[in-house]
Amino acid sequence: MQHTLIALVENKPGVLNRVASLFRRRNFNIESLNVGHTDRKDISRMTIVINSDEVDARKVEANLYKLVNVIDVHDVSTQPAVIRDLALIKVKAALDQRAEIANLASIFRGRIVDVAADSVIVEITGTEDKIESLVELLRPFGILEMVRTGQVAMLRGGYEPVRHTPGAGSNGHHPEDVLELD
Amino acid sequence: MELSGAEILWECLMREGVEVVFGIPGGANMPIYDAMLKYPVHHVLVRHEQGAAHMADGYARASGKVGVAMATSGPGATNLVTGIATAMMDSSPVVFITGQVHAHLIGGDAFQETDVTGITLPITKHNYLVTRAEEIAQVVREAFYIARTGRPGPVLIDICKNAQIQKTEFVYPEKVELPGYKPPRTAPAAELKKAAQMIKEARRPVILAGHGLLISRAYREMQELAHRAHIPVAMTLLGIGSMPASDPLNLGMMGMHGEAYCNLAIQNADLLIALGMRFDDRVTGNLKTYAPHARKIHVEIDPSEVHKNVVVDLPLFGDLKAVLTDLLPYIEEARHDEWFEQIEEWRTDSDSRDIIYWPDDGKLYTAHVIRSIWEATQGKATLTTGVGQHQMWGAQYYPFEEPYRFITSGGAGTMGFGVPAALGVWFTDKSRDVWVIDGDGSFQMTQAELSTIVQEGASIKIAIMNNHFLGMVRQWQEFFFDSRYAATPLHGPDFVKIAEAHGIPARRITKPEEVKDALQFANQTRGPVLLDFFVEMEEAVYPMVPAGADLHDMIRRPVREKSAA
Repeated sequence: MQHTLIALVENKPGVLNRVASLFRRRNFNIESLNVGHTDRKDISRMTIVINSDEVDARKVEANLYKLVNVIDVHDVSTQPAVIRDLALIKVKAALDQRAEIANLASIFRGRIVDVAADSVIVEITGTEDKIESLVELLRPFGILEMVRTGQVAMLRGGYEPVRHTPGAGSNGHHPEDVLELD
Repeated sequence: MELSGAEILWECLMREGVEVVFGIPGGANMPIYDAMLKYPVHHVLVRHEQGAAHMADGYARASGKVGVAMATSGPGATNLVTGIATAMMDSSPVVFITGQVHAHLIGGDAFQETDVTGITLPITKHNYLVTRAEEIAQVVREAFYIARTGRPGPVLIDICKNAQIQKTEFVYPEKVELPGYKPPRTAPAAELKKAAQMIKEARRPVILAGHGLLISRAYREMQELAHRAHIPVAMTLLGIGSMPASDPLNLGMMGMHGEAYCNLAIQNADLLIALGMRFDDRVTGNLKTYAPHARKIHVEIDPSEVHKNVVVDLPLFGDLKAVLTDLLPYIEEARHDEWFEQIEEWRTDSDSRDIIYWPDDGKLYTAHVIRSIWEATQGKATLTTGVGQHQMWGAQYYPFEEPYRFITSGGAGTMGFGVPAALGVWFTDKSRDVWVIDGDGSFQMTQAELSTIVQEGASIKIAIMNNHFLGMVRQWQEFFFDSRYAATPLHGPDFVKIAEAHGIPARRITKPEEVKDALQFANQTRGPVLLDFFVEMEEAVYPMVPAGADLHDMIRRPVREKSAA
């Protein structure tokens, strides 16, 4: 099963390497890994997607938690979350095919962001399934290039900034360890 | 006040209570060494950086304080690597301080430049690259805090040469702020009650006592738990000493070379209470058949260790001392006499096979030598070991009444640990009776540190169990490779002459009747002594659970007819 983990990490040099090294060292496979800024300069946010069973997902979570620069980890796989991926797809497009491609893209709420003499770039945001469906529909035209950001995720509803010990259930919660997020 | 980065480093080390450091100077850490002369610290000049790492590690294990080892950049730092990995695997708090080339040279393959933080990333609890003097105070404070708290471990600080030289205002950080570092403290009452209930319901409980009990200084609480609820205690190799060997509840060591009755108790238990141990493959054997009837409680400070090898029924996250202290009020008095009778039966069977009860047949057995050392030291010595047969025999035949007396490389299994670790132990208390039980293979890996021992005037007794083999590998070859001894015979040098070349009094012992005299000689000689015991060449450590086999499926020592005489 696919597991999506959110990790808040200190924005310091080498932290990405620490996380990547952990996956190699413990023999976990990453499906996708996305890193970006948060609203705070000193904290970055990673969305990590792994294909693994429940036991391995918990191991990943616990091992991430163990890194000193990782502030918090959440497995959001079983919780209501907004999960998005962005893709740029460069498609071969003769003059008479542009409209058709634009049409397809718009059905998926994608849009054309660049037009050249014989190609267009389609931008699409959405879940993995949705992007894959569009890719399949565009494939007959000829895909010249494609890039995807990998998934980013955010839990729906209010945010509970409580640090927890992975796998510990209520046992690992330390209410006094509430993260000071402003 | 403006100080150089190197001076700031020492100011911080002084505030951490550092009294002794182990290391070697070189190009990239010379400013640190130059500044050292102004501070009241004892520096031990080692002969190879691996020695410095093991010394700091031995110091840390024996005292509970953070050990400190230093090296220069490049090869100096890479020589530490084996020692860092050793400390990591056994959760030993050591701070490693390495010199690095100038910050502006980093990445340019400068002379003696190596990516030390990159190399040590997977074998440290955390590491730092310091490029500016202003960072040093904060980093050193954090490094010591991380090394000794939670599940302890090695932390490396790689300091660029320019940062050592630059002057800056020294401000000692009042506190450490690490938003991502919050080790669990203790388990909530509801979970503790659940654990107490499981203990109450158990008919055949066993406590698995690990290194965590020593690290957390929670062995008395564990002993109280065992006595009150009448639970036998099986120890891991590194848990040795957490229960006095003479305690009737003590089952001795578990695992690959554990006591047969101890392993049988685990396999037949209906409840395992795992305290500060991590179900290493050397203690579980085949996981599919491991303790199949037992419910499992796991008290552990590192969440990544829980459910890693063995899925447990009740994990309790926290510091052992805190968890056990909080758990004890819920524990009721109990008796498990039937269970102990059963264990006693297995124990009697084990004794009948034990080499220690063999009559003198003129041969020199390592087990007998170690038992004689135990007698000669009234069981009060601190032992360090290398890795292999002698290490297992040391664990089996030198019963310890106190904790922190058996210092050995468990997880990493680092040969050559014994001699340098002993020097580290000696520095924790110079009145300590420190013995190295070594093999001829292990000894030769770090024997250069004999000069360090002499230079420091350390009173360390080195007993080499010389079987002229890489003994444990030979044993595996005998058992599993039809006795094809590929690259295990060792044509060692004359260790007595090597010792004498260092000015260390030494003796060779080849017969059982010479043992007592030699040990007396060692005890009566001030300063270091080396004893070279020519032991039986092809003895094997029993019992043995072959790697990956079921824990109850042990190769046992053949029963020997007692001689008529």
